[in-house]
Amino acid sequence: MTNYLWRLRKEIWASKFMGLSSSLPVFLILLMLLGLFLKAKPLFVLKPLSQIIFSSHWLPLKGHFGLWPFIMGTLWVTLLALFIAAPISLFVAIFLSEYAPSGIREIARPMIDLLAGLPSVIYGVWGVLIIVPFVGRYLAPLFGTYSSGYSVLAGGLVLAVMILPTIIHVILEIFRAIPQAVREASLSLGATKWETIKHVLLRQAAPGILAALVLGLSRALGETMAVLMVVGNVVQVPRSLFDGAYPLPALIANNYGEMMSIPLYDSALMLAAAILLVLVIIFNLIARLILLRVEKGLR
Amino acid sequence: MKWRFLEEKIFRAVMIIATSLTALILILIIGTVVVKGFKALKLEMIFRLPQGGYYFGREGGILNSIIGSLQLAGGATILAFFFSLPIVFYLNYFSKSKSIWPTLIRFSLDVLWGVPSIVYGAFGFLLMTWFGWTASLLLGIITLALLEIPIMSRAMDEVLKLVPPDLLEASFSLGATKFETAWKVVIRQALPGILTAILIAFGRAIGDAASVLLTAGYTDNITTSLFQPVASLPLAIFFQLGTPYPEVQQRAYAAAIILTLIILLISYLSRRITRRYAKHLVF
Amino acid sequence: MSLIIGRPHISLKNLNVYYGHLQVLKNITLDIPDRQITVIIGPSGCGKTTLLKTLNRLLDSVEGVRVEGRVLVDGEDIYSPGVEVTRIRKKMGLLSQRPQVLPMSIYDNVAYGPRIHGLKNKQQLDQIVERYLRIAGLWDEVKDRLSEPASRLSLGQQQRLCLARGLAVEPEIILGDEPTSALDPQSSQNVEKCLLSLKSQYTVLLVTHILRQARRIADYIVFLYLGEIVEHGPAQEVLNNPRDPRTKAYLSGEIS
Repeated sequence: MTNYLWRLRKEIWASKFMGLSSSLPVFLILLMLLGLFLKAKPLFVLKPLSQIIFSSHWLPLKGHFGLWPFIMGTLWVTLLALFIAAPISLFVAIFLSEYAPSGIREIARPMIDLLAGLPSVIYGVWGVLIIVPFVGRYLAPLFGTYSSGYSVLAGGLVLAVMILPTIIHVILEIFRAIPQAVREASLSLGATKWETIKHVLLRQAAPGILAALVLGLSRALGETMAVLMVVGNVVQVPRSLFDGAYPLPALIANNYGEMMSIPLYDSALMLAAAILLVLVIIFNLIARLILLRVEKGLR
Repeated sequence: MKWRFLEEKIFRAVMIIATSLTALILILIIGTVVVKGFKALKLEMIFRLPQGGYYFGREGGILNSIIGSLQLAGGATILAFFFSLPIVFYLNYFSKSKSIWPTLIRFSLDVLWGVPSIVYGAFGFLLMTWFGWTASLLLGIITLALLEIPIMSRAMDEVLKLVPPDLLEASFSLGATKFETAWKVVIRQALPGILTAILIAFGRAIGDAASVLLTAGYTDNITTSLFQPVASLPLAIFFQLGTPYPEVQQRAYAAAIILTLIILLISYLSRRITRRYAKHLVF
Repeated sequence: MSLIIGRPHISLKNLNVYYGHLQVLKNITLDIPDRQITVIIGPSGCGKTTLLKTLNRLLDSVEGVRVEGRVLVDGEDIYSPGVEVTRIRKKMGLLSQRPQVLPMSIYDNVAYGPRIHGLKNKQQLDQIVERYLRIAGLWDEVKDRLSEPASRLSLGQQQRLCLARGLAVEPEIILGDEPTSALDPQSSQNVEKCLLSLKSQYTVLLVTHILRQARRIADYIVFLYLGEIVEHGPAQEVLNNPRDPRTKAYLSGEIS
């Protein structure tokens, strides 16, 4: 009987312990938000939050911390990357899962997994070696402008290449999960393969593809080192793809060394981190809402 | 020819172009790094510490950052595992499925998965200022563990969802409690998946630079205490690339090869594990 | 040695199908009668499904499959090069084991085929949808919720929707791959009734492992065993006086 009690007690304790640790993710998000905003609070004493966010006035030594150029820099680079990567990854994933012979698929899968796991510094290195000169020497003159190559375009291209494997990997898994019978149902009605993909598979996979794109977006948004190495780090709101930019993550990484020596600098950098966090949460919420919509329509 | 057949041909061609382009770029990336770094890749790099004047092109190696990266990622993976396992057990076996709590946890994990590593770094930095710590191996491990928990938990969650319910019922019907079932039956069944999840998280941690930049510092020595700063491979690459000396930059590429090889090894291992253990499983 | 009366709709001549090195169908030669219900019986794994998929060339998308021999539909070899696969498939409606509705509304499921084949006129589409839902005996149940996702229907309703969807492309042949195996008895009966009412206009080819079903609806029976045709002929003959000992064994339930 004591044995039974002991087992029961173990069960209760285990259940409590697991319940407790499972609350960690929820509280971690709250704690990070709270902590970062608390640290940024001294800034709000000087100016309201909206003025800090929408001001382009960046002079840390004089206490001006306008984050607008950095926010715009982040959005430009991120959206450009997604814009390039989304169609390409969709095409590649569809080709690999629906058209490619199994030999190619067998090689491609591990390759993609490997590339998805490759550290971002390596993509940065490659960006400096290939993309930056390519943009500076060939693309910019082609469009009749001058660019050092360190630009929004270079950042977007490097980021796009970086998130490609991640997005492709997720979309491949989604297509793999669609039963063969669904394809056969459409094919047996005389649809071509492409019609089957366009009308049936893409619709079935829509929620998953959306999730994959949000994942890619989040990764692009927060990617630091690779972007930092190719984007130029110029404090300005970019006006063209060939302008330099200075995204939020690069701001934090480049200046963490000095942040203790200039008053309020640390608060500004923590606010930058908080903004990134809020952006990620917003993207996820939007995606979740769309997902609910789509699933309601299908089920 | 009818439009519908033409459309199929056009899109097929576009897909082939996109795929070849992607393959080409990705091969180019690995190729560039290998070509650039191969000349500088010597045994000395792996087995020696940076000597005086290393960053001006004198001799030495990056043993400090190889060891440092393993310490950081290893420690973080162990720490993350101790949190992830209870989380996924709770989500799959202990939570009441009707309540909103598991949904909220899964959503939080998804958000955390997308949180940039620099934000984790900033949060680690906050912890540092709150507790009056300095940049150290311990802080780096904690920060990386936070980064790994969502990755590991979500991957393990997917694995546990695949455990056949019959297996659980078989265990329950023998009188086992939920905890005993989870601990003794599920773990065995899901072991390959769990190991793969661990390796994926380890791979992400060892390649991450932004979070350790703010929390772990850097050193030219091998770290022997949790409270000392520690070197890491991604930062070694980053710093060496930042120097104006071509010889040093070349070593950055060599370091990138080493890091890539480690990632390759991890990816290969996780494949092997999945294949090897798959035959002991119940489907 | 054709055992059927009248013109055959489908003729198989020396058909061999291989999955890699495994031969799944062995030297099948068979005539399938026009506008009758032909039922293929046999134990599971004997190649019944493969045979069906050979007919509408769904096997094309499976890798490592080799098809030898000739399949004539209305006298045309569907495996000869240059044949438009989509046209062949349009001639045959397929009912699969589990009803496989497309991820769209009930209406769009039926309209899918006609739309693909170029019909855009809304009025005509409406007519087609109503007509084939009626034939499948589903119209009264769904007429007020045509825009709902098809996946909300019960399994039995889904299978009849699949039938309507298949008929909407105006095929000549209906292929059924154990179409009632996932359904409850009442729904199975509904589907069987549909099939019986369709045979005046369509050639029906049904695969089943339910012997009683074969007895209920078959005009012509083919017994397939380990990839070979053991016996075929008019239903009454094969079911009541099987000649081959293997057919006898199967009919009496000794092999299944």
